Amino acid sequence: MNRLNRDQMAARVARDIPEGAYVNLGIGLPTKVANYLPAEREIFLQSENGLLGMGPAPAPGEEDWELINAGKQAVTLLTGGCFFHHADSFAMMRGGHLDICVLGAFQVSVHGDLANWHTGEPDAIPAVGGAMDLAIGAKQTFVMMELLTKQGESKLVENCTYPLTGLGCVSRVYTDLAVFDLGPSGARVVEMVEGLDIEELRRITGLDLAFTKAAEPV
Amino acid sequence: MIDKAIDGAAAAVADIHDGASVMIGGFGTAGMPDELIDALIARGVGDLTIINNNAGNGEHGVAALIREGRVRKIVCSFPRQSDSHHFDAAYRAGKIELELVPQGNLAARIQAAGSGLGAIFTPTGYGTLLAEGKEVREIDGRHYVLEYPIQADFALIKAHKGDRWGNLVFRKTARNFGPIMAMAAKTTIAQVSQIVPLGDIDPEVVVTPGIFVQRVVEISPAHIAVAA
Repeated sequence: MNRLNRDQMAARVARDIPEGAYVNLGIGLPTKVANYLPAEREIFLQSENGLLGMGPAPAPGEEDWELINAGKQAVTLLTGGCFFHHADSFAMMRGGHLDICVLGAFQVSVHGDLANWHTGEPDAIPAVGGAMDLAIGAKQTFVMMELLTKQGESKLVENCTYPLTGLGCVSRVYTDLAVFDLGPSGARVVEMVEGLDIEELRRITGLDLAFTKAAEPV
Repeated sequence: MIDKAIDGAAAAVADIHDGASVMIGGFGTAGMPDELIDALIARGVGDLTIINNNAGNGEHGVAALIREGRVRKIVCSFPRQSDSHHFDAAYRAGKIELELVPQGNLAARIQAAGSGLGAIFTPTGYGTLLAEGKEVREIDGRHYVLEYPIQADFALIKAHKGDRWGNLVFRKTARNFGPIMAMAAKTTIAQVSQIVPLGDIDPEVVVTPGIFVQRVVEISPAHIAVAA
């Protein structure tokens, strides 16, 4: 089957971000989505350390270390972009002003619970950052992740076993094998990669996935 | 004549005492008032409670305070990073207490303290480990967690320009926690790249009004090392 690589996953997420959207891309894999937003579409990228209208990385040697993103990488500001302090930044999330955030995850439950901040292992030093605020604050929270762990276990689960980041907050999950809509009634397959069928997807996830015949190939 | 300008970082932090609670601005190294922190280390005080987004990066700033064993407790959202080795070592050795706070709750609790609020109800963290044991309330169909303000004896922040009344403007994403920490501390000490005459900062663009700032110290950018 045609498993998507990480760039293809990013391109797939980018397709669903409309013109005019205010969007926060989480640290790690979601950052790649910015590379696939079409130039003709005006989209406002927010970074929770205090900028709106974030542009691409500067040319080497042009870095300004007082102009960084939440991952502490040097970035640029688009014309029309602006800066603000942390209380305003998180008001943008918690206050429901941000349209979309895209986050990575350890696990997502079929009802939209998210676990992405802490492995829960006894010797792990926990760090949460803005993950909990983003997860429950944005109007829509998308997760982007590989569907299976390296051991072949599904990261889309009936109930999360890792410590939770937020309850019922994820509406859509983009993976290398399929796209899922989540909600109170469970997970529904929206798209699958070519060569994968619903029975195989149910088998590898161990989940009772709803499926619309019209589901299109990714 | 009111003049909040202080000559030199050492004089600016000269009354920070053992056991003080100190807010320190900065997100990673952007906005971190390194020279004020160096002066605090040189003063030799310890048993400090530090409020910062992180728990130190590399060797400077908050990382140096932790390395020198001056921090009893840190309140932050994101302690563990690739370059937080001084915190990691102190934490694993049981030498530092950690209060982990989601970043937006950290900002809201600091702002609440500066605004004179008794507490806030926040949706962030509901149903998670970080809300365990805390009062929750359902308001209009949504669940909220009761969180208390975070205040401090001192705030050390970094701004771009300031004047002798303490009005401040910031530079790019170095603004981060500066404006709200300035509100939440009894004594706010701002390190600025330049002290300008009154009136030079357009009143329409003042970010932090001088009422929130007690001391201003000029540390010219020539003295500021470029962050790694």
